[in-house]
Amino acid sequence: MDLTALNRIRVARSCADLGLSATSAPLAGGTWLFSEPQPELRELVDLTSMGWAPVEVHDDVLTIAATCTIRELVELAPITGWASQHLVQRCARSLVASEKIWDWATVGGNIALALPAGAMTSLAVALDATAVVWTPDGGERRQAVKDLVTGVRTTTLGPDEVLRSIEIDRATLAQPAAFGRVALTKEGRSGVIVVGRRTPDALVLTVTAGVTRPHRLGLTADPNPDDVARAVAAIDDWYDDPHGAPDWRAAMAGRLAERIRQELA
Amino acid sequence: MRFEVNGEPLDTEPAPGQVLRTLLREHGHTEVKKGCDAGDCGACTVLLDGRPTHSCLVPAYRAEGRSVTTVRGDDERIARVQKAFVDAAAFQCGFCTAGFVTTVAGNDIQADDDTARRLKGNLCRCTGYRSICDAVAGRTNIAPPKEGQDAGRPLRAPAAERIVTGHESFTLDVPASQLAHVAVLGSPHPHARIVRIDAKAAREQGGVLAVLTHEDSPATLFSTARHESRLDDPDDTRVLDPVLRFRGQRVAVVVAETLRDAERARALIEVEYEVLPAVFDPEDARRAGSPLVHGDKGPEARISEAGRNVVAQMHDEMGDVTAALAAAAHRAGGTYRTSRVAHASLETHATRGWLDDDGRLVLRTSTQVPYLVRDEIAHIFALDPKQVRVLTGRVGGGFGGKQELLTEDVVALAVLTTGRAVQYEMTRTDEFTIVPTRHPVRVEVELGADDDGVLTAMRIDVLNNTGAYGNHGPGVMFHGVSESMAVYRCANKRVDAESVYTHTLPSGAFRGYGLGQVIFAIESAMDDLAREVGIDPFELRRRNVVVPGDRLLVTDPDEVGDLDINSYGLDQCLDLAQRALADTSDEAPPGARIGEGMAVAMIATIAPRGHYAEASVRLLDDGRYEANVGTTEFGNGTTTVHGQLVATALGTTADRVVIRQSDTDVTGYDTGAFGSAGVVVAGLALHRAALQLRGKILAAAAALHQHPSDEPRTWDGISLSSTGAGDIPLTAIAAAAGSLVGHGNHDGTPRSVAFNVHAFRVAVHPGTGEVTILRSVQAVDAGVVLNPEQLRGQVEGGTGQAIGTALFEEVRLDDEGRVLNPSFRGYHVPQMADLPRTEVYFAATSDDLGPLGAKSMSEAPYNPVAPALANAVRDALGVRPTELPMTADRLWRLARSVGT
Repeated sequence: MDLTALNRIRVARSCADLGLSATSAPLAGGTWLFSEPQPELRELVDLTSMGWAPVEVHDDVLTIAATCTIRELVELAPITGWASQHLVQRCARSLVASEKIWDWATVGGNIALALPAGAMTSLAVALDATAVVWTPDGGERRQAVKDLVTGVRTTTLGPDEVLRSIEIDRATLAQPAAFGRVALTKEGRSGVIVVGRRTPDALVLTVTAGVTRPHRLGLTADPNPDDVARAVAAIDDWYDDPHGAPDWRAAMAGRLAERIRQELA
Repeated sequence: MRFEVNGEPLDTEPAPGQVLRTLLREHGHTEVKKGCDAGDCGACTVLLDGRPTHSCLVPAYRAEGRSVTTVRGDDERIARVQKAFVDAAAFQCGFCTAGFVTTVAGNDIQADDDTARRLKGNLCRCTGYRSICDAVAGRTNIAPPKEGQDAGRPLRAPAAERIVTGHESFTLDVPASQLAHVAVLGSPHPHARIVRIDAKAAREQGGVLAVLTHEDSPATLFSTARHESRLDDPDDTRVLDPVLRFRGQRVAVVVAETLRDAERARALIEVEYEVLPAVFDPEDARRAGSPLVHGDKGPEARISEAGRNVVAQMHDEMGDVTAALAAAAHRAGGTYRTSRVAHASLETHATRGWLDDDGRLVLRTSTQVPYLVRDEIAHIFALDPKQVRVLTGRVGGGFGGKQELLTEDVVALAVLTTGRAVQYEMTRTDEFTIVPTRHPVRVEVELGADDDGVLTAMRIDVLNNTGAYGNHGPGVMFHGVSESMAVYRCANKRVDAESVYTHTLPSGAFRGYGLGQVIFAIESAMDDLAREVGIDPFELRRRNVVVPGDRLLVTDPDEVGDLDINSYGLDQCLDLAQRALADTSDEAPPGARIGEGMAVAMIATIAPRGHYAEASVRLLDDGRYEANVGTTEFGNGTTTVHGQLVATALGTTADRVVIRQSDTDVTGYDTGAFGSAGVVVAGLALHRAALQLRGKILAAAAALHQHPSDEPRTWDGISLSSTGAGDIPLTAIAAAAGSLVGHGNHDGTPRSVAFNVHAFRVAVHPGTGEVTILRSVQAVDAGVVLNPEQLRGQVEGGTGQAIGTALFEEVRLDDEGRVLNPSFRGYHVPQMADLPRTEVYFAATSDDLGPLGAKSMSEAPYNPVAPALANAVRDALGVRPTELPMTADRLWRLARSVGT
């Protein structure tokens, strides 16, 4: 929709162009920003012109730019050694919006928006991604995406900070993973997403969508059903909105977690 | 900036924050629709460099140097899909069609297991998606016209070609110059009095033409609901009121050169409120001491008991229900609740108004009832009705939500104040927060029966939450308890019903008009009664439903009305549905429990107390015909049937009938398109007009043959064809006889009844609460079927909406009356993936009253669906869901409560 309170949209081409203030916001795909009125915003700063390479494969890490579109990530050619690359499509398909927005919506935009059902947050946290954040002094800081997203629509990002990219260890990419999702309707907004990843010495479960912030459940390498149930039961911030009641989300997370335990056993 | 649209270069400068959708529309590309403006519905989809794109989400400057293809574009893929949508009859209102066509074409979507997922970003509120799936699969559902025999054939809608190519004009799709726009400031409080409005800063903003407040408003009280009689609804509403009774109610109206100017000025208005105590729960509202919603109104407002927040009530009994219940061999009953449901028509409410050359106020609006709007606007603004003209384009969905006056009064005030052409277009958020919804209802039911399951007692107690204003409050309440009770023969019946004000958004008219809610309760209780008695639910219905010769009674044994069984197909509907359900070849998902359920519904074919239509048909010089009729087309398909009726009466083909409609200048009067009256009232009037014209043509032909013109009967044997009467060409008759016109009218009485039976087989997973519909069957008695494909579409569409109501739709309010899910993202309208294919069967009956034996069938299919589904879930889980919607989380909890 037209954002009538805006006075301008600036197209950023370098770090120096960013200059965000309390009434400005970074613009990536715009698929959320333009989906709701933004009466408090006077200015958007377009990051998509910064020229960031969508995906960079290094020896030790995979770097995904904040401005990498969902489409670019989904259509990425198979990367050698990425055993869990199938998660990308599963997470992308978990977005409530249609495939048409994959051309525009970005990985960074989805994470920075910090909606419980933000499926790129699910992906990033499940793969232990680290956020690279540009700070206003020209520097950068790093923080686990799990900790960057602190609640419903809240992050540790300051008003003048910009999410530059996420980085994932290639060792982590090599680990097998499994995905589970439940929603009140087939293609509706996710009620709960549970992603499991098997490390050499643990089963790591990531719970998103049904909780106010991402949760990481660390289990032993060979947990039994009770261990899994206990870990899920320890979560105490099940989200309450029209996409699922908290008790149901908790129970569905338990079911998904147990199925994933069996799948990765 | 410069970009290309459909191959043509476009040079323009978008406003900051403007999206591609509005820029395209500003430049005449009105085929790009606004359904949600938020990327959820897909109606605005265009191809951007060949890729399907929600143009409402793309900042316009990003189109620079790129190429846009809309549904009007010259593109081979688009042309192929357009033809498929015509051949499959894959639209009703057609507002979503452009977006479907561009999405299917641009993404090359095929008919396979992935179709529904790939189309999840395109919503259709009308069809139930079966016909759209048929289009994707390349199936043909229409047949060509046949001279003199078009009634009964699956003809395509006259607008089909224009709809699929984006050339059909909906409400706001006509060009305008010097158009001003409206932004409305809504109340932040559920109940408050305006102390002071400071609009100085807003008025001084560039582009602002006026800021209107309650001080500028006519003081006349009216109702937003429109009926044949304006006395049906309480006069409790002002255009702008100093007292605010729900969140979002109009506080002030900004009129400005652009919508951007208007919205920016709106943010500058300062209002001081005196916040008043509010009540949100209808049970609380009628308790002594509760805050009063309309305590300031006297008897002239026609509120039943303003001092108890009761807008309408009924307490009536026949026989002795208490004694009959005490003596009953079997009893069943319970308390049932339904939710607040949004119409979610893809086209939001909108009006464009201006003064014509004669100084008349003209309103082009998205309404189902142009004549009733004309009369009420004249009443509110103290104008002669002749000084007001109301017309519609094609309307993008209605479902009862446009039997209200919601934007027309604001535009009238703005036009009369500024003298300018003014447009008010609601947002999707407005549709969820200030537009009336379906009434949330609580129903208590008690049933008693003898040893054989024959009903001896029926008692219902109904509480409707009508919200802050009483529009449709009385009508929905009285209708809800009417055919739902009258369908059963029972000597002892009692109805207690009240419709109650609360400080929440108003409830209004919605497909089924109260019946769906009460039928959900009664049919749920009937299902339990069948279990009590130990007989099949179909059999229980057969032992108790009315049959020909029965009178249709609610609580008055001496009732003398105009409603009777003038045709009867309920027996056939029961047999057809039961037979279809007997096929159990469907496969259930593992771990799920299987259940079956059914329910019946009856509905009057016409709304009570008069529904009027005047129509005319004229022979044109070229041998075609012009039909003039008041009915609005909003996906009801009435226009198609009107053409078929006229063509059949005049021995021609429907494509030779030009229909002019839905404009107070076109014909004398038409009550409007509600209560499914388009065929049985306006259609009958039009058919009569066509038959009268037929007589005149034959008489004129006789005269041309030098037969005495007063003996047209000698010409009865002469066939009237699409070319002439006998061997005399129609063009010769038109030339010789001058303007030949037939007139017809209908007053909407007496009335008949139509029947629906729905049956489901479902699989419910007790571990997740997920419902999978294995089989969905509806058998309908619509009399003679005038267009089987359209009728199937109405049944499927009503079923689809009802499945939404039954399984997941709910406008959620917090305990301070705030809507929690005012978007398609939060309020889940059925997507293609959510709806099963419903098998539709027609009873073979012919009605004594309707045109060519037809009955109405648009609202009715909605009514039996939710209880049939609830009964199937009960059968699967062994425990009864009593509350709608039956979301997966609720059913999971229900299953756990009994340890299944």
